[in-house]
Amino acid sequence: MASLIYLDNSATTRQYDEVTELMYQTAKNTYGNPSSLHSLGFEANNMLTDARRDIEALMNPGGEVIFTSGGTESDNMALVSTARKLKRRGRRIITTAVEHPAVLETCRRLSEDGFEVIYAGVDEKGLVNTEEIRQALSDDTIMVSVMTVNNESGTVQPVNEISRMIREYNKSHGSGIVFHTDAVQAFGKLRMSGINADLISVSGHKFHGPRGAGFLYMRKDLKLPAFITGGGQENHYRSSTENLPGIAGMALAAKISYEDIDTKMQEMSEVNDYLYKGLTAELRDIVLNGAENLGWSVDNEVMRGARCPAVLNITFKGTRGEVLLHTLEQDGIFVSTGSACASHKTGDSHVLSAMGLDHKAIEGAIRFSFSEFNTIEEMDVVIDRVKAAVNRFRRLGSFR
Amino acid sequence: MEKKLYIVRCGEVALKGMNKPYFERILLERVRKAIECYEDAEARWIDGLMFVRVPADIPEDDVIGRCVRVFGVASVSPAIEAPKDINEIGRLAAEYMMQLIEEEGVRTFKVKGKRADKSFAVQSPEIGKQVGAIILKTCKVLSVNVHEPDVLLTVDVRREGAYIFRDKIKGFGGLPLGTNGRGMILMSGGIDSPVAAFMMAKRGMSIEAVHFHSYPYTSQRAQKKVEDLVKVLAGYMGTIRMHVVNLLPIQEQIVQNCPEDETTLLVRRFMMRIAEEIAVRNHNMMLITGEDLGQVASQTAEALVVTDSVVKMPVMRPLIAMDKVDIMDKAREIGTYDISIQPYEDCCTVFLPKHPVTKPKLERIEKSESALDVQALVDAAVAAEEIIEIRP
Repeated sequence: MASLIYLDNSATTRQYDEVTELMYQTAKNTYGNPSSLHSLGFEANNMLTDARRDIEALMNPGGEVIFTSGGTESDNMALVSTARKLKRRGRRIITTAVEHPAVLETCRRLSEDGFEVIYAGVDEKGLVNTEEIRQALSDDTIMVSVMTVNNESGTVQPVNEISRMIREYNKSHGSGIVFHTDAVQAFGKLRMSGINADLISVSGHKFHGPRGAGFLYMRKDLKLPAFITGGGQENHYRSSTENLPGIAGMALAAKISYEDIDTKMQEMSEVNDYLYKGLTAELRDIVLNGAENLGWSVDNEVMRGARCPAVLNITFKGTRGEVLLHTLEQDGIFVSTGSACASHKTGDSHVLSAMGLDHKAIEGAIRFSFSEFNTIEEMDVVIDRVKAAVNRFRRLGSFR
Repeated sequence: MEKKLYIVRCGEVALKGMNKPYFERILLERVRKAIECYEDAEARWIDGLMFVRVPADIPEDDVIGRCVRVFGVASVSPAIEAPKDINEIGRLAAEYMMQLIEEEGVRTFKVKGKRADKSFAVQSPEIGKQVGAIILKTCKVLSVNVHEPDVLLTVDVRREGAYIFRDKIKGFGGLPLGTNGRGMILMSGGIDSPVAAFMMAKRGMSIEAVHFHSYPYTSQRAQKKVEDLVKVLAGYMGTIRMHVVNLLPIQEQIVQNCPEDETTLLVRRFMMRIAEEIAVRNHNMMLITGEDLGQVASQTAEALVVTDSVVKMPVMRPLIAMDKVDIMDKAREIGTYDISIQPYEDCCTVFLPKHPVTKPKLERIEKSESALDVQALVDAAVAAEEIIEIRP
């Protein structure tokens, strides 16, 4: 096997070497507890403060960063703490059918606790129907949660439009509906300072940082109740001795990710587009699951519903994604599928289902997801190997 | 270090005639192998019972667990050794009962006496009475209950000493591994084949395995599942060698050249041929499958005739007349069930025809097969096999 071609960056990314080095040094040398009064603790606390400042600098001003164990915890904290705080004001939570399980499962549990959850649908490109959200807004509504970029289709949701809509509703109705966005797939690609939301979830390992580190951005005046109680770390929102190597590593990864971000995204778009065009030219019966146009802004009207350049999701009709995945891995190419297990419909992606794909189409879906490390040269190999794998499968005809 | 005694009883081995010494020797070897992980453990036969002595600090459950897994073992009892003196036996029995009162809250008991050594002055019923009396005197909270005692204590007076024990933990019975040839199991990853392998091994057959996959149509996780199953079996049989064969090249040929409804059967015929070839090369005398009459289309009587006809070797199908629920119970008993039900595809389900033929005719199948270079395909598959050793 020659060099690996890693195209599963929406699942997790390869950590920057600088990050690994910093984490090693931090674990080895900065082992003081940030809460300790002595100089070792002081040093650790300084590092924590710097990490927080570095990340806050990338976000919309007016908010604070609460370090967590990752995207899932951030989503849990945002939804559960908001629901707890506002449960006397109302019972309705509005979200979408294409959220990550971290949001969907948390909503399901809240619905067991007596909350009413409304799921807005998406169109065939994965774009959320904002009109459905508008109509669901009510006096009883306490929270809206819509992800920034979908992990399977790459669709960039119009979060600022939704945010505006909620603000206007709050103003005219005297409500206090909170807006949360899961930006796990957006951080490191979209400029976060332009995103208006009360709560934003982020995960370190999606932008070449470590696993086990993430954060929740919270508008300063929101004042949610504590999510994990204990020694009062993280401004009392999330007690637990801080994961300093992880937090420092994540902050460094964030900084590196946003260096020359426009150039990087431009290059990623070219790589994405090159692969898509190449596959379309070489193979018939392929369907793009998501928008044609690539974009990485939540504001631009022209870009409404664009696809993030990090994702390319394609159905190869008459094949099974799982088999293509295993065929490609033999050539050192790593991708992911739309279905966890080909023989069970229950494994189908809820995102692709919500976009209207049937079982066959989901079964044949492959997601290629990119990072700044992918190159056009790699895509030549990928196109060649995908073509061979798809043709080999299709030769076997009508079977399953 | 002080040692604790475990009495191991053999089942069928005891019924053997002229060959009994042979079976006893092998069983002793197997038990010794099972306890070799303990330093300073020993096992030997004395008058038809096996005496296993293990350092006293090793947990009882661990020792029993190892012994009952040896095929040929009928039951195991942790026992207390006593000198052949009725008062001394009574004292040790009472001491043991005190311990049970404290640990388990025992309130009633019964003593059963046995006298294998007829030179011992006290007769069997009298042993029970006298030991019972001593216990009653020592342990005030206890009373005798002859019908439903909390504890049934057995006192066995034998030539070389007296033994006191309570429990008899059942083993699987059967015959010692290695006393009945060597067979190759076709291991799929489903519920049936591990049970089939287990049942043959329990009758003394050494087991080797062959597993077919269709990578990349099946995943590495599916093969890992099979390895996990074999690992459970290895817990009973020791290290098992597994031959791993990719069937995909053959499946592709079949799909492209033969009628769709015969796919499964044609594939199975290839599996049998390849398994036989590998079995012969590795000195196995039989094939073993987990087939169960009528369970699926490829296991109808007609289908079995068609698959059987490609091999010369006897094919053992220990589950052939069992009901699925009973096979599932057996799988739970031996500990393979939870692994078997993990949802990964195996190579049989990859190219599943929509309407498989259930009453195939041999001539028709052979005609369909003539479109293929059977020998070349078998040779290529065997040449590309991988061999892995799976340790307990």
